Amino acid sequence: MDGLKQRIEKAVHCQPQTTVTILSSLLAVEDELGYIPREAVEEVAAFNRATINDVWAVVSFYPNFRTVPPCEHKVEICWGPSCHLVGAMPVVAAVLEAAGLEDEGDTPDGRLTVRYNTCLGACALAPVMSVDHQLVGRVTPQKGSALVSEVLESQEERAE
Amino acid sequence: MAASFWEIRDQAAERWQDLAAGETPWIRVGTALCGQAAGAEQVADVIQQELEKQGLKARVSRVGCLGLCFAEPMVDVLLPGRARVVYGNVGLDQVPELVASHIGRGQPVAEMVVGCLGDEIGDDLPDLQQHPMKVREQRIALRNAGHIDPLDIYQYIARGGYEALNRALTEMTPAEALEEVNTSGLRGRGGAAFPAGTKWRFLAGSNAPDKYILCNCEEGDPGAFNDKGILESDPGTVVEGIILAGYATGANHGYIFIRHGHDGPIDRARAAVAQAYELGLLGEDILGTDFTFDLEVALTGDSYVSGEETALMEAIEGSRAMPRYRPPFPAQVGVFGKPTNINNVKTMAYVPEIIARGGEWYAGIGHEQSTGTAILCLSGTLNYTGMVELPMGINLTEVLQDVAGGVPGGKQLSFIQTGGPLGGVLSAAATDLVLDFDIFRAAGAILGSGGIIAADEDTCVVDLTRVLIAFCQYESCGKCFPCRMGMSHMLEVLERICRLEGTPDDLALMRNIGENMQAGSLCGHGQLGFNPVASALRYFPEQFEAHIVDKRCPTGRCQVPHFSPRLSRR
Repeated sequence: MDGLKQRIEKAVHCQPQTTVTILSSLLAVEDELGYIPREAVEEVAAFNRATINDVWAVVSFYPNFRTVPPCEHKVEICWGPSCHLVGAMPVVAAVLEAAGLEDEGDTPDGRLTVRYNTCLGACALAPVMSVDHQLVGRVTPQKGSALVSEVLESQEERAE
Repeated sequence: MAASFWEIRDQAAERWQDLAAGETPWIRVGTALCGQAAGAEQVADVIQQELEKQGLKARVSRVGCLGLCFAEPMVDVLLPGRARVVYGNVGLDQVPELVASHIGRGQPVAEMVVGCLGDEIGDDLPDLQQHPMKVREQRIALRNAGHIDPLDIYQYIARGGYEALNRALTEMTPAEALEEVNTSGLRGRGGAAFPAGTKWRFLAGSNAPDKYILCNCEEGDPGAFNDKGILESDPGTVVEGIILAGYATGANHGYIFIRHGHDGPIDRARAAVAQAYELGLLGEDILGTDFTFDLEVALTGDSYVSGEETALMEAIEGSRAMPRYRPPFPAQVGVFGKPTNINNVKTMAYVPEIIARGGEWYAGIGHEQSTGTAILCLSGTLNYTGMVELPMGINLTEVLQDVAGGVPGGKQLSFIQTGGPLGGVLSAAATDLVLDFDIFRAAGAILGSGGIIAADEDTCVVDLTRVLIAFCQYESCGKCFPCRMGMSHMLEVLERICRLEGTPDDLALMRNIGENMQAGSLCGHGQLGFNPVASALRYFPEQFEAHIVDKRCPTGRCQVPHFSPRLSRR
């Protein structure tokens, strides 16, 4: 496997679209690595003839960018009005409990990230959450809790 | 030179004939976001496996959204010479029987059928067009949604796609094309309802060599999913609309702007663009004429405000999505400093049909100054949630009661929330108005992007207002401090009221904050930011009073522990 620096260079230099910007370069790195390490900020700055400051301004603006390596799994729960109305809050509570968290964030062991999302786009099937980018609609607290246990178990098996 | 349009059209027709009237059964599975959330991808996979296991032959296509999202996953089966049978709520365990019975023995599984489409519907199965959600629909922008494979441009062309572009390029001057859009009375579906023809004229009037057309699919409004729905279901109509806008205004560059992470709409838009290039419908000398247009898909990070037109330009240029000062307006100085026109996905999706059938035809549909249709996203406490396209002029109460089937569990509707978080709420008693941009505005609501979230009697309006402001606070870009600070303060006040710790002065305090935000913000996010609170106070003053004076939440909803993001933009 390529080293971090090679992966960053490849992501930044091989963007398929015509318009290449600081933001598009950062999104390419995020797709490749799942986060924006300091080396990527430097590479994106050099590639776009910008300063570290210019790049950091963009990284810090969009909350989808994270600056530490991602956890192995990611669960997003919608807390937008459509989902809120039909019971998103008990789902959030159940998911957090299953993950052992009090609020959104990473579990201390780095296995799971729980994030709140403002709209996952399937409002007709609210409440909605996503597990490793797979959407799940009409989720109940029990279902949400079970889905979290499921992804955590799948990883344990792999570790064994 | 590339093939002529009619050669492409003939090829497309042949392929469609083979799919829709050939010997092999055709199975279509709805895999838009709603389908995915209901597990449609797995259903499609299992259908494929079952066909192999049972030794049966059928084509399986992943299509977009028919609109009846509540019944996802939806599977529709077309046997040669028979009506198209649409199944709803298809579970993985039901697939083997469905395949064996319908594909194997030609017997539809009646109890799973939502309805049928086509001329050969027998008496034993219901007609899908008679479904409450379908019966009043008039599909223009959604004409292909759920019918075609969005990854196959030939299917779009077979159903009349790119005929309008061919006609405009070969028979109409740019001015004539623009005049059709002007005559149609088409108004922007992004929120402001500004006449598209007028907007296009601003750009057409510029002599600059480089001009841009932007198509906005940022769609961060919770409760609105029609932009993504259209791009996922029928990206061709959006791409063709953008090219037509370029031709009418003399622009040669375009962007479709989508939020990173919405892979369905992104992949399908990219495929539609790539295939259009392959067939000579994009690029240099389109269809052998001297018109050149380049189009690409640009992505933004998570940012609601990046849907605002000038913030969108900042994001395309790769910066923080923060609004710019106006003037200069985008038609003079837009993206990369060039004259620019921005329209929403829905607005663009209408354009091919307007050019093909004429502006007069479109103007004949709808209500007074709101011509055409409204593409509504129905969500919340309703029986039939989903995406419908209804002619303007239909009464909103009928939409909620008939089209959406009313509130489940015999409960009463309390209020609705329209036009995104900044649109505010309308009490159930105030929904006796017809779908019309101006009538909605006069009633203090926004029809805007078409999102309608319904709330039943168990919903606390103060609690929902808190959620709306929590959303607005989280999404404030931070450029204008009245919005950045105002949203935070307003949220603090609302949280206090929800904890039953509010004071009678809090209402005046929020008004004060709201007035400052309106006066001191560059874009609609701050200017309209007080709307959710103002509208809730207008219709439900007694609810606020109960929380502040009587120290009780009548529905008890405020006592449910709530979570909202602590992180904000740094």
